[in-house]
Amino acid sequence: MIGSRSPLHRIALTALLWAVALLFLIPLLWMISSSLKSNYQIFEIPPRWIPNPPRWENYREALTVLPFHTYILNTAVISTLTIIGHLLSCTLIAYAFARLRARGRDVLFVVMLATMMLPYPVTMVPLYVLFQRLGWINTFLPLTVPAFLGSPFYIFLLRQFFLGIPRDFEDAARMDGANLLQILWQIMLPLALPAMATVAIFTFQASWNDFLAPLIYLQKPDLYTVTLGLQFFRSTYTTNWALLMAASLVTVLPVVVVFFMAQRYFIEGITLSGIKS
Amino acid sequence: MNLERREEVNFYLCISPWLLGFLVFILGPILASFWFSLTRWDLLSPPRFVGMRNYTRMFEDELFWTSLSVTVRYTLMYVPSELIGGLLLALLMNQRGVFGIRGLRTIYYLPSVLSGVAFVVVWMWLFHPEAGLINSTLARVGIDGPRWLTNPQTALTALWIMSLWGLGRTALIFLAGLKQVPPELYEAAAIDGAGTLPAFWNITLPMITPAIFFNLVLSIIATFQTFTSAFVATNGGPLDSTLFFVLYLYRRAFQMFTMGYASALAWVLFVVILALTLLVVRSGRWWVYYEGEAR
Repeated sequence: MIGSRSPLHRIALTALLWAVALLFLIPLLWMISSSLKSNYQIFEIPPRWIPNPPRWENYREALTVLPFHTYILNTAVISTLTIIGHLLSCTLIAYAFARLRARGRDVLFVVMLATMMLPYPVTMVPLYVLFQRLGWINTFLPLTVPAFLGSPFYIFLLRQFFLGIPRDFEDAARMDGANLLQILWQIMLPLALPAMATVAIFTFQASWNDFLAPLIYLQKPDLYTVTLGLQFFRSTYTTNWALLMAASLVTVLPVVVVFFMAQRYFIEGITLSGIKS
Repeated sequence: MNLERREEVNFYLCISPWLLGFLVFILGPILASFWFSLTRWDLLSPPRFVGMRNYTRMFEDELFWTSLSVTVRYTLMYVPSELIGGLLLALLMNQRGVFGIRGLRTIYYLPSVLSGVAFVVVWMWLFHPEAGLINSTLARVGIDGPRWLTNPQTALTALWIMSLWGLGRTALIFLAGLKQVPPELYEAAAIDGAGTLPAFWNITLPMITPAIFFNLVLSIIATFQTFTSAFVATNGGPLDSTLFFVLYLYRRAFQMFTMGYASALAWVLFVVILALTLLVVRSGRWWVYYEGEAR
């Protein structure tokens, strides 16, 4: 921000920031450490960071006490459908908002942005009633079908991205007689891949971590998502912290993996949006 | 059909999924919610119209006031600390000559990706009164830590600490804002002999008011809807000290099946959030600085 600094200043600053970073990492490290302890070791005071010996069986136990593989599979199905739904609907809608002129477009766009601010609890009860009347309670439909009808934040994100792509490409294709879907599919989508990856990743993370909606709509244990399974686990085995930590770790692992893989996409998305020329 | 007309038809065809979703999943439910709020309804027998009775009942409902007070107090605690903490972190990260800035960014952001039930459970273990990392560390320096989540005096504070862990997202939004401040401004200030603090007050702060505004609005809306941490970690207790508004609403709707009353609660929440948001947006005219105002 300001001018050059003395080496001492730089070292102090770096040390401070990394100390804060370590503080941020402690819950994660503590979870890993605790997940490998026996029920006796875990209550040792002062606590030990490196479990000796590490108890790997905790993972097998945690995952078999409750059918976690079912929960993981359920969550994977819901996440995948939600991602597909968002990608299909949001790209189409965002493209229309970015490129097609129509009366009422700007008003509708503002309305859409406003719905982003709408607190979920406001529609919670009527949505439950609606899905109940449709017979959708205890199915994945309330969690996945709405995704196919777009989501304002992602539409906004993709629209901004489309606006950054020069019109020349489309104009050339239109001259060659390409229709709207061909333009979208053949020209815009390849360019928009980084933005779509961002949408997919955000969607995955949100849907994997979602708790309130599954809690309301999924009441049968064999339909539970990982977050519901973990909550059920927690309320049943309150004192078995080692197993709980192991189960928690398995639950967040996919998100951690995707997060580290996706960082590249975020950066690519930023650099690629600078192709205005 | 002429070209313009066709473009218009195409536009509406393309956005039809959103229009449908808006009508069926947003506008319809909002209106329905208002209608429900005027009825008494247990989902089994048909709804019975009771006028404004659900709303007047709230005044005598102790839990309504408790949950409102918990939520407001928590928002007053959390939102300012999140913004100030996030800004501080971003300012530090924006200094020249920090080693490993990319690694830092990753680590700071990670918790906000991980929030959710799993880390509420991890925090419950960190807050464990005897063997938890926090109290066992405090014990080492001779402090007798509180029974965080089971003491009505500290439970809300514990949830506050838990949420502050996700502060990195806010910090990164601020960092992006700080990167937008043209370096020439600082150079000019340096030539004029302005120190670090005046430069911060007169250049940095005004230039990032849009980011502050953005974070403030999002943070208020999100904090007012706190649910998961309270549901999992304390279930509203002890002694209703963490009975957040949405948690109370959830209980009213899905445990007690008083759908009419729950809808009235939802409308109160809606109005409160809307009023707060409008207040912030209105006040923004006075303190948010937009470059090239005429845009």
